[in-house]
Amino acid sequence: MTAGTANWSFTQDDFTAITESLKRFLGETKSLCALLVDRSGQLVTTVGDAPGLDTTAFATLTAADYSANDQLAKLVGETDFSSLFHQGEKSIYVADIARRLLLVTIFDSRTTVGLVRLRMKNEVEELTQLIDRVFSRGRNGDAADQHVLRGADEEIDKLFNW
Amino acid sequence: MINYASREINCKIVYYGPGLGGKTTNLEHVYGKVKPETRGKLISLATETERTLFFDFLPVDLGTIRGFKTRFHLYTVPGQVYYNASRKLILKNVDGIVFVGDSQAERMEANLESMQNLYDNMAEYGYDLTQMPFVIQYNKRDLPNAAPIEDLQASLNPGWEVEDAAKHRVQPDPYHAGQNLVEQLPGGEWIERAPYFEAIAVQGDGVFDTLKAVSKLVLKALA
Repeated sequence: MTAGTANWSFTQDDFTAITESLKRFLGETKSLCALLVDRSGQLVTTVGDAPGLDTTAFATLTAADYSANDQLAKLVGETDFSSLFHQGEKSIYVADIARRLLLVTIFDSRTTVGLVRLRMKNEVEELTQLIDRVFSRGRNGDAADQHVLRGADEEIDKLFNW
Repeated sequence: MINYASREINCKIVYYGPGLGGKTTNLEHVYGKVKPETRGKLISLATETERTLFFDFLPVDLGTIRGFKTRFHLYTVPGQVYYNASRKLILKNVDGIVFVGDSQAERMEANLESMQNLYDNMAEYGYDLTQMPFVIQYNKRDLPNAAPIEDLQASLNPGWEVEDAAKHRVQPDPYHAGQNLVEQLPGGEWIERAPYFEAIAVQGDGVFDTLKAVSKLVLKALA
């Protein structure tokens, strides 16, 4: 049996590199927080302050929002809209990373959409390189973490003794 | 997705099936029964008449294994036929499927149409349903017009051919004594069926049995 449809994983090194990149981006743009979300709606990581934000629900809705947007693009004959912007007292900017992940930034009046958009471009390029590394390793099948549950059948059975 | 940094294994499970079959009711029951600290918010993108428009979503933690928190993201799709675009979006990167069938005899056609639609949408993504964690739940078993299980099984879970000769051995159904998930038909052909469960989701009967079964299959697929 195959392990689902999107079997991939992050190592501590990936995580550190991604987090450092996001922190730098956050400082440059003076945004409140940035989230990295996979296209199926799972939160990869978040940096900055998001008080009271339900990041799990936020990640899911962002992915759904972006996917719907993607389909809207196709309906009007665009190959894709590479970003999505919601404006308010707090604004949200979403950009695609290598068609695998989404970079989501939440910001307020302490910065401008122009600055966020400008810096976003570089950040997308940087993250794309990091993410490509994660996926190329996954395809080669040499990531040690792919095997975290190998031989864990008994433990899995125990987990469901309720 | 395995996240080593946050020590989490995240899996996506989608409840599929015809409209008004009880997919949302399954999630509502899980939401009501699990401890608040092990679940997130139940998000529903529904119409004002409470029909699912895009999806329902509920994250639940089912426990820790080898130091990793196993977090399952449960989704439902809109059952109504004309919402196929949003239904297909939800299937992206799915790890396990629950098909919630409506046991009422007059809903058989809707069940069949939805099952076919599931196969078609999965195929469009290049996913093979027969090679994935997949369970079937026959809901509304309490209704007087519920069809016999044998009829539902014959229509919705007739089995798919097992081509790999290494897998040609009888596999008993752990949930139904005397029945098999993998068996040889009188004609010599080997077939495999998805595990099935009877349910009355409004009362919670069968809801956790179904969830446990599919979650276990998803984790075992990683093991």
